[in-house]
Amino acid sequence: MPARPKRKLDLFALTWRLPIIIWQLVFFVGPVVFMIAMSFFLVKNYRMTEAFEFVNWSKMLSRGYFWDSYWHTIFIAAVSTVCAMLIAFPAAFALAFRASDSTRRWAIFLLIIPFFTSYLVRTFSWFVILSESGVVNAMLSYIGLGPYTMLNTNFGTLVGYMTLTLPLVVILQTVTMANIDKTLVEAARNLGCSPLRTIWQVIIPLSKTGLIIAAIFCFILSFGDFVAPFYLGGSQQPTLPILILDTTKSGQQWPRAAVVAIMMMGTLFAIAFTGIALAYRKRKGAK
Amino acid sequence: MTKSKNTSILSAPSRRGLLKIGGAAVLTTPFVSRAWAQTTEINMLAWYGHGEPDVVAEFEAANNVKFVPKYYAGGDNMLALIAQSPPGTYDIILSDAEFVQQLNLAGYIEPLEAADYPFDDMLHDDFKQFPGHWADGELYSMMVRGGHLGVSYNKNSVTEEEAQSYSCFWKPELEGKVGHFDWHLPNLGMMSLYNGNGAGLWDLDDAKWDAVQETTMSLRKQVGGYFDYGGTFNGLKNGEMQAMCGIGDWITGVLEKDGAPVASTIPKEGGIQFTESYSIGIGSEKADIAKKFIQYMLSPVGQVKSAQMAAYPGFCVTKGGRAALIEADPAEAKRSHQMEGMANDPIALINQGRIHYRDIPQQQDLEDWNDFWSEYKNS
Repeated sequence: MPARPKRKLDLFALTWRLPIIIWQLVFFVGPVVFMIAMSFFLVKNYRMTEAFEFVNWSKMLSRGYFWDSYWHTIFIAAVSTVCAMLIAFPAAFALAFRASDSTRRWAIFLLIIPFFTSYLVRTFSWFVILSESGVVNAMLSYIGLGPYTMLNTNFGTLVGYMTLTLPLVVILQTVTMANIDKTLVEAARNLGCSPLRTIWQVIIPLSKTGLIIAAIFCFILSFGDFVAPFYLGGSQQPTLPILILDTTKSGQQWPRAAVVAIMMMGTLFAIAFTGIALAYRKRKGAK
Repeated sequence: MTKSKNTSILSAPSRRGLLKIGGAAVLTTPFVSRAWAQTTEINMLAWYGHGEPDVVAEFEAANNVKFVPKYYAGGDNMLALIAQSPPGTYDIILSDAEFVQQLNLAGYIEPLEAADYPFDDMLHDDFKQFPGHWADGELYSMMVRGGHLGVSYNKNSVTEEEAQSYSCFWKPELEGKVGHFDWHLPNLGMMSLYNGNGAGLWDLDDAKWDAVQETTMSLRKQVGGYFDYGGTFNGLKNGEMQAMCGIGDWITGVLEKDGAPVASTIPKEGGIQFTESYSIGIGSEKADIAKKFIQYMLSPVGQVKSAQMAAYPGFCVTKGGRAALIEADPAEAKRSHQMEGMANDPIALINQGRIHYRDIPQQQDLEDWNDFWSEYKNS
């Protein structure tokens, strides 16, 4: 067996890679390591003291309300992801296959515009629209419906999540579908595929990677969002970010909040890795 | 008669004139900046609103000081901020009365000289010997204002008679319309009062604590949300919440002044008093001016400013303050019942034994109460 050639350290390449390595170490690896260490600290007289105790883990993981929040957060983030993907798909499809290049560029620009304003401000504006005396109920009253309670419900939370994620999901889906080789779509249609079957058997498989990445982004953003469940959901059945806040408010239990945060990160890692594995999995027989 | 010559530099600028102005500006700049530098910065730790211009601007101007407020929400948060800062960081600390004892035990505050403060002018004897404010005969904190917590409601859906009992929160028509201020202490305190624990509302044995939890859980189906200050405010203002548990006039008062059909009342089971007190931070190098500010807040002028505070109103604790409020702002005095003979006069309510000072649980840890609160929110 021939010996593997020794790889020479390429200082030039390393120099160019260094900023991202440093960035990751300083802003991700470092804080995560500190957070993990902090989860073993103790709080005495409202001050954190260094220790290596498992009491925070046992306290948090043995509480029923932690698991209630945990499963509720996963559930509502999953619902948000499904809704965003379904709502975004027709728009992205139209932009990718029906719109001209110029229209698509303008649409993407318009989808970026909401990010110019604070998410918190956008969330607060929903108060005016969703409240019982708000715009939606006022319109519904003209046809003899309502008033419906939309604020301080899971529906309110979902509206907030859509505010946060929908533009991004539309952009990701559009970019993915716009890159599909159009001749394949035309070939499917020429061979007698119905429009629905073309979407199902040609477009979706070809844009699988982008669609899964859009879904992962949506899930991650919803899972970690504090603003929508707090302000539009009224903290009714708190999500994990709200639980973090509650934990730090009471007795300044930052170590216990760290436990919640680590559980959140672990969950997101698991979901993101599974999603990415699915996205890049090659079909049987594919090279 | 000769025409008077216009000598103003500004109206007819000449090179010499401009040089004069420029020279004067250059020469006086060090004095101006020195005058600015002399403005003493006072680091204040307080609930939101206490360091805002409507309260402190006059004192700042008169004493050439500038308040640098750091705001907190909740006693735990306050204690943590102090614990994580070196001594001397905060010159003046506004604390809820029930946390003064902990501030003192941890050595975060300086003793005060009782003779410096108007104890003879206090509206109620309780205010002179407020629990936790004195230790071993030494004064550590000075009460400056308070407020009462009870039933807060929208007058369009809860009548004044119904609001006379916490039972109105269980009114079927209010399903999904009862909000909570998201802090376990006042809410569970009210549930304890509703259970008939009266003056022993914080001193609950296991059976009474279980009963309080059961009563609270029975309210869950009525609850429409758990809110911070802004959310509570919004919920009542836009009508999403028709009744609120855990608050009082400190929120409805602001809305009421704005014309919203809301009010707060002390029900027959009793109400809870929040009390705010000033202390001087340990190691402060500006203790003298901090003392002067506490004296100012207890003076009639300061008491009026406190009662009219834009962020949230509180009642006067001195006789001079109340008299000044009645004279300066009779409408506010009347609205907040700070007139003798009025049914809900805060002092009369205390005398009738209907008000209980907010405290921390005596037989459980705060953590137990908080754990239950999280459980309740998740149920």
